[in-house]
Amino acid sequence: MIKEAKIIYHNGKQYIPDLRNVNLRPPFRGKPEISHAKVDEQAVVDICPLGAISKNPLSLDMGKCAFCGECAFAFPEKISFTRDYKTSSNIRENLIIKEGETRPVGWDKIAIRPEVRKAFSKSIKLRQVSAGGDNSCETELNASGNANFDMGRYGIEFVASPRHADGVVVTGPISVNMARALRATYDATPDPKIFVLCGVDAISGGVFADSKAIDRSILKDLKVDLYIPGNPSHPLTIINALLDLTR
Amino acid sequence: MDFDKIEILDYSDFSTLALQFLNEDARHCASYYAFGQRGGLQFIMAIADDENHDIIILSHFLQSSEKHELPALSEKMLSLHIFEREIHENFGIQFINHPWLKPVRYPHNRADKNSQMDDYPFYSIQSEELHEVGVGPVHAGIIEPGHFRFICNGENVLHLEIQLGWQHRGVEQLFIDKKHNLQRNLLAENIAGDTVFGHAVTFVHAMEALSGKVVAEQTQIERAMALELERIAIHTGDISALCIDAAYHLGANVFGILRTAIINFTQFWCGNRFGKSLIRVGGTHFPFTEELKQELLVVLAKYERQFEEMAGLTFRLPSVQNRFDNVGTISQKQARLIGTVGLSARMSAVKRDIRITHPNQANQQFPFEFIIDERGDVFSRFLLKKKEIRQSIAWIRNVLDNYNFKPNKPEKPDYNLPLKPNHFAIALTEAWRGEICHCAISNEKGELKHYKVKDPSMHNWKALELSLRNVEISDFPINNKSYNLSYCGHDL
Repeated sequence: MIKEAKIIYHNGKQYIPDLRNVNLRPPFRGKPEISHAKVDEQAVVDICPLGAISKNPLSLDMGKCAFCGECAFAFPEKISFTRDYKTSSNIRENLIIKEGETRPVGWDKIAIRPEVRKAFSKSIKLRQVSAGGDNSCETELNASGNANFDMGRYGIEFVASPRHADGVVVTGPISVNMARALRATYDATPDPKIFVLCGVDAISGGVFADSKAIDRSILKDLKVDLYIPGNPSHPLTIINALLDLTR
Repeated sequence: MDFDKIEILDYSDFSTLALQFLNEDARHCASYYAFGQRGGLQFIMAIADDENHDIIILSHFLQSSEKHELPALSEKMLSLHIFEREIHENFGIQFINHPWLKPVRYPHNRADKNSQMDDYPFYSIQSEELHEVGVGPVHAGIIEPGHFRFICNGENVLHLEIQLGWQHRGVEQLFIDKKHNLQRNLLAENIAGDTVFGHAVTFVHAMEALSGKVVAEQTQIERAMALELERIAIHTGDISALCIDAAYHLGANVFGILRTAIINFTQFWCGNRFGKSLIRVGGTHFPFTEELKQELLVVLAKYERQFEEMAGLTFRLPSVQNRFDNVGTISQKQARLIGTVGLSARMSAVKRDIRITHPNQANQQFPFEFIIDERGDVFSRFLLKKKEIRQSIAWIRNVLDNYNFKPNKPEKPDYNLPLKPNHFAIALTEAWRGEICHCAISNEKGELKHYKVKDPSMHNWKALELSLRNVEISDFPINNKSYNLSYCGHDL
């Protein structure tokens, strides 16, 4: 008993008190910024391994970005990654950062269905499905509930059964072999429910986007309530996204 | 090596040689696969020779006009079962007398498109006393998908069969489809997000070998350090997860916090908690600086203090010991039979560790020693994780103290490495789960022609199945977590 108490004392306070304003140190790469510096735009577009950068105006799609930082290494005067980890939005287009934009990622609060805020503003239980996920986003979703990030303080939790859940969180590019199980899990979750895509693979397919082994047709029929970028998404990004959506 | 110098044997010579080599305890099959070329199928087998520290390559060729039937080697050498199953699934080769010729992962380019996941031929027993339990693919937690089918007598499991393939993303095909080495590099990092360093280091070794490039000594040391950091982080997380299943929440939380400290250091090094973007072909954007060295020393000192205090209590706790002792045992005989690798082999006193048997330059300069156990049960895996964490910390300290890191001389990535035409390269890495093997082949124009990935989980899933025999079904979670095998690394 004394030994246990000592361990608790030695470990001290571990939780992060304010998850909204954490100062992550560089080289953490959060929301990118694109300056007005004059560079060869085609070269910037070409350097991105996932085709996340496009021209006219030069813009970077965080939904396709693996945050590998290659563009910033090659064109430091043009593209930089800030430490702003609040990169999520409920609108897919808002993940696209255009030249000269420096404000926080935009949310369309009106587009959030009223029942989402009404039902989930104090507590939300989620069911996660890995559909070809590489186990990094999965691990970060787990970490969101650990002693450091402790999203349980907001009543946000992952549950075992879709029947107990208020929503489904998908990780991975959605493999052909998992498409049906994902659909079944979604259908088994009672209404009202939210549908969340977590990580670059889930949002756009990521590096697997062109593979014949993935099947993203399920996304045509389902309304996505939340996009959480990252490769994988940082626990702070995940928790802030869920908070911004529900309260 | 020059691809054309690989001698092509006929199948009977190939079989005799392969079995002869593999009958020695000091040799095991690192990879065995086939790929289509020149109007037929070329088979490549890579045998790791632990005593002579080298790799033996055997090959045979099957014309497409020949009958797609071969006598199975698995009949005499069970550890090859998974490789023959994979070749069977990909190319429709019938291996005669194979004991378990079932689908592996239902890849998109499989030979038999009629073979469907729903029709997996599970082993079953007709009995009124026994019942079957099916779990998955979606499990009761944040975890990757797989289907587990138990045959039980009451609470006791008689047989477990695991059906995988749900995670298949077509990784190997994408290595060929993607033309830029940075894309391939990202792909390697995404094979298994919990083994980013393991797969990325193996990938860059294979590509650098294929182009004849040798990176600077410091880059190699940094990569080896990254691998050990990954080992410390994941093992700590595993110990935490096992504590959860033993209902020991203090341990679960403290080890969880300790894992955070290590991966946060990885983030401080390269910007990503899992190390994505650190390992690059030809060099790195993130050299190990003096600032990082000082930070790492502080992190490790704090980690070690807290870890030893917590471990001192956890590993002596009767309730934890009682839960893990004599559960899910794999004997040395079984381990050799099914050909386990990594920690899953070392827990059964099978000495397999690429860092020691096939050391790269960093491991030659700063060597490792075997850590083994004989018991082969859950406690043994639990204990080895602790011992390996200590060993990795000591190793990193040794490097930090004795290696002279030169500042301001970073070796930048080189994505345009020219590949030698018609060459074959093989890379082996001891990642935290065990041995990873990548094989790359270039064509006559110096383009990548074929790429083969083998995750240690390929060998080790069978061990989890066998561990469950005559174990209570409620002990499945501790067995599963003590192995912590990869679904996506297996399914590719």
